Amino acid sequence: MSSPEVVAAGTRTRTFAQAINEALAEELRRDPAVFVLGEDVAEAGTPFKVLSGLVQEFGPERVVDSPISEAGITGLGVGAAMTGMRPVVDIMFGDFLTLVMDQLANQAAKTHYMSGGKLSVPLTLRTTMGATRRSAAQHSQSLHAWVAHVPGLKVVLPSEPADAKGLLKSAIRDDNPVVVIEDKMDYAVKGEVPDGDWTIPLGVADVKRAGEDVTIVATSSMVRVALAAAAELEADGISAEVVDPRTLVPLDRSTLVRSAQKTGRAIVVDEGHTSYGASAELAAVIADGAFWSLDAPVKRLAAMDVPVPFSPPLEDVTVPTPDLVARTARELCGTTLGRQ
Amino acid sequence: MSATASPAALDAGPALAMYSRMTLIRLFEEQANELYRSAKMPGLTHLYIGEEGVAVGVCSALRRDDWITSTHRGHGHCLAKGAEPARMFAELLGKEAGYCRGKGGSMHIADHENGNLGANAIVGGSAGIATGAAFSAKRRGTDQVAVCFFGEGALGQGLLYEVMNMAALWCLPVLYVCENNLYNEYTHYLEATAGEILARPRAFGIESREVNGQDIRAVHAETEELVARARSGGGPAFLLANTYRYHGHHVGDVDRTYYRSKDEEQLWRDERDPLALHGEWLEANGLATAVDLRRLEDEARALIERGLAFALEAPFPDPGQVTEDVFA
Repeated sequence: MSSPEVVAAGTRTRTFAQAINEALAEELRRDPAVFVLGEDVAEAGTPFKVLSGLVQEFGPERVVDSPISEAGITGLGVGAAMTGMRPVVDIMFGDFLTLVMDQLANQAAKTHYMSGGKLSVPLTLRTTMGATRRSAAQHSQSLHAWVAHVPGLKVVLPSEPADAKGLLKSAIRDDNPVVVIEDKMDYAVKGEVPDGDWTIPLGVADVKRAGEDVTIVATSSMVRVALAAAAELEADGISAEVVDPRTLVPLDRSTLVRSAQKTGRAIVVDEGHTSYGASAELAAVIADGAFWSLDAPVKRLAAMDVPVPFSPPLEDVTVPTPDLVARTARELCGTTLGRQ
Repeated sequence: MSATASPAALDAGPALAMYSRMTLIRLFEEQANELYRSAKMPGLTHLYIGEEGVAVGVCSALRRDDWITSTHRGHGHCLAKGAEPARMFAELLGKEAGYCRGKGGSMHIADHENGNLGANAIVGGSAGIATGAAFSAKRRGTDQVAVCFFGEGALGQGLLYEVMNMAALWCLPVLYVCENNLYNEYTHYLEATAGEILARPRAFGIESREVNGQDIRAVHAETEELVARARSGGGPAFLLANTYRYHGHHVGDVDRTYYRSKDEEQLWRDERDPLALHGEWLEANGLATAVDLRRLEDEARALIERGLAFALEAPFPDPGQVTEDVFA
């Protein structure tokens, strides 16, 4: 963990899911306005068991099982947020963002602006992303670009347990609607998580690994893919720097640009679809900001522009792998070395 | 007022205040139409004329700290909940002095100090917000009530049923007020609405009633009962108010004969006008004379004229404000 944030007294090894659970429990304890609303969030603790135990401590009034009504619970969350509460709405699969889009994009995102700053919507919406779980096309999408495209929404993509805790706590305390998207393949990943009241400000990228030859900007679970690629590259004598923006909105442009200026080469790795995706925006930010320092065009590696297929050999080729990232980095470095 | 209140039990003060507020809405809307016709107002607007009895009948039964959510046809609700014409006109004209600093416009006026959580340009879009406000009131232990205004067009939106289900499940203090002005934009509601309207909320176990929306005292009396019920933990209710939109779907909808007849429009104006009916009742019951009513109209007219002058003279926002208020 190389984050510059204030670290609490101790750390403990936690899974990504436990870190989220801990963040929610701490915020529920600290602020009576916080409540959790969603499908199967109480006794079931969600199908991913991320919320296990919360209802036992906080009761069904604050950890509220809802009907299967994604638009309805999001709308209810918006109204509660406008009137003094801090709801954390749980949308089980990111694919269901399609069902909540009016309430999120037309209501939550615009209320503060349309009201001239008089009303605000301190709503946190947690949902998931990520393929390779063999869940097929309607339970595997990574739709963070959809919400990041709407002004007024903040978008958080944690990549490790400590970040998941620190960013979620900040999201809940933020006075704006914040969409926190967790890769469901990450829930079992372990890491050191600071104890107690520890937050990470939204809008601060983290250099997950320092390097000199190539910058790999990666989001969510693609950070692990990038780190695995960086380990491979090290054996080849290529030093890769891995930068995690952690939040797409607000975006820490300067950290991304500084890294690319230093290394002169950049690859963006993201699990959204390639076309018109988050990877395009991140690449554009680097191209604009670091143009005169770049030795090669910025490369994008993202999910293929196909619906996520069910069959494992089909699904596995749709998302970037460590091998693909390492190969791309070698090509990038080789090409430019040749020009030198 | 007791649960058995009859419209005739209304005191002179509130009864005259209702007349004044309805008049204010009517004059405001006539002026809004004029602003459009004279090309002084950017964009379009949707006039509430003909439906004044619903907004004022409902809002006069609410406290200032009760919440409402409104619709694209929202000026009436906004004024009925206590907003000032001057700042509303300023918002219609995109001026900085407007309720939303000119960023919302006609379809998005919010006035949180008077409990108005905002008009909404998505049909049925505020049903979740009103239900969430009621959830908030219940969780925070206040006795506030939320009222969700929507037109019969919103009966076609799924969100409404999702949140009515939750309001009933969790016994939330919310009143769903369906203003049936007969037309989903340019289509008669019977072409778009199957079955009985009230059967829909009743399916959730929600207390559901129907009222003549042109009779402000009836609207007020029903609302008082349903709000008192919600406030004391009785749960959600649904009030179907039958009314009529004198003008088109929006100010530019002037040729309406392809979807409704001029005779129909004239019938509502002549025989079912909420201001005329209430004025006649005030006179018949000795609560006001024709002179009194004219004085109330003059007062409302003066308020409108002052508000309009204020708004016309008010400055536009500096373009630098465009990036303000994106985030809190």
